[in-house]
Amino acid sequence: MLISEILTSLLLAAGAFFFFAGTVGLLRFPDVYTRLHALTKADNVGLGLMILGLALQADSWAAAGKLLLIWLLVLLASASVAHLIAKAAHQKGIEPWQR
Amino acid sequence: MVILYQTVALFLLLTLVAGLWRILRGPTSADRMLAAQLFGTTAVACVLLLAQAFDCPALRDVALIFALLAAVTAIAFVRRAWTAGEQNNADK
Amino acid sequence: MAAMTLLPLLFDTLLGLSLIWLAWRALTSTDLFQAIVLFIAFGLLMALTWVRLDAPDVAMAEAAIGAGLTGALLLATLARLKANNKTKSAPEKKFSLLLTLIILPVVTGLVYVVLTLPQNTPGLAILVAENLKTTGVTNPVTAVLLNYRGYDTLLELAVLLVALLGVWSFGGVPKPHEAYSGPVLNMLLRLLIPLLIMVAGYLLWVGANAPGGAFQAGSVLGAAGVLLLLAGWQLSTRFAELPLRIILVSGVVMFTMAGIVFIVSGRQFLEYPPSFAGAFILLIEAAATLSIGITLAALFLGGRPGLRRHK
Repeated sequence: MLISEILTSLLLAAGAFFFFAGTVGLLRFPDVYTRLHALTKADNVGLGLMILGLALQADSWAAAGKLLLIWLLVLLASASVAHLIAKAAHQKGIEPWQR
Repeated sequence: MVILYQTVALFLLLTLVAGLWRILRGPTSADRMLAAQLFGTTAVACVLLLAQAFDCPALRDVALIFALLAAVTAIAFVRRAWTAGEQNNADK
Repeated sequence: MAAMTLLPLLFDTLLGLSLIWLAWRALTSTDLFQAIVLFIAFGLLMALTWVRLDAPDVAMAEAAIGAGLTGALLLATLARLKANNKTKSAPEKKFSLLLTLIILPVVTGLVYVVLTLPQNTPGLAILVAENLKTTGVTNPVTAVLLNYRGYDTLLELAVLLVALLGVWSFGGVPKPHEAYSGPVLNMLLRLLIPLLIMVAGYLLWVGANAPGGAFQAGSVLGAAGVLLLLAGWQLSTRFAELPLRIILVSGVVMFTMAGIVFIVSGRQFLEYPPSFAGAFILLIEAAATLSIGITLAALFLGGRPGLRRHK
């Protein structure tokens, strides 16, 4: 019982760190393409770690399964939406940031 | 454990509020929409944490709906608001 | 421990302040697109607030309709506005002053009323809980919506229908967008839409015993319809005539019929016998879900299907 709590705490902390990294990326990166990276990659990993941590504490397999479904759904939606936004940005002529 | 969940939820809410700045700043429309997507994902995480902290399984269904509808809003943005003859230098 | 009460307090305070700030920025923004995005963010935070206020049913409805569908609708509307004319403007000073003078006393009054509310009044909650067995469901919200206050919900369904008629009175569907929906969007839709339909069915079923119900399920179904429309799917004219209209009115019709059916055995309008109540509520909610979903998607369409608008 205690092991799972420690594990959950570690996973939640790691997830929170990735969310923080994602927001920092959104605020600090130089153009829309890099911000897309920060958002979709960091946030989804953060969410995945948090959901893994919460699934360890779930009461039943059904609840854990629902958590996993939510993560897969967010993963799918963010990845596709990131592609759509980046393609549209490119078509509009938004230039990627050069150093 | 409940304290841990609530602390992380509070932390997430803080990062969410920090992301508000990008809505006001971001030069292109995509930047503003990205911030709204951030809100969606962070809100999913928040609600899941609250579901565990207050032992309310129904909140997981709320998180599911958040995730689904965030995708709909983003697709509406890309397909309508953004590709409808809008110049990208008229956003300043 | 002090942390137990401090943490929720901090969370709620931050949430409340952000809500007020978002609302203010959304209303005073001169760029319409920024205002819309702020409004979507406001809707999400509002849903989070409902979660904190112990109202998962309302949180679901707010997330689906307030943040999701209304956001999509506003974005589509903005696109049509921008195609016609400029959309940046600032409100006049005098008008803002007048509005502030009217709103300020109202807000003060509301704050005073809320702060002086008696602390722990159960209201009708005790009566609702006592009679829950006779309603046929165990979720008190569904019991209130579909049984105790059934005619409110019946009239709400009728209001949705009237709103759709209002939109239809504008004429036909505007010229559809020609943009090609690439493979990524197609793949996403192929995965999302069956999932949305399944989630709608799940919410409908679970609404009897847990937060959920017809409006939440209907709005998720409406989101599926909106997605199809966004990808350029066109309604076939054969469907747009009679079958569409039958589905649109089926919610109101089913509800009314369920209310009338038992008058013959001596009951009032909309009074169900306790043994059948559960089944009837499920039937009504199923028809209502379908109705609400198709109505919301039709609202997004922006005109009467089957008729082409001449610009």
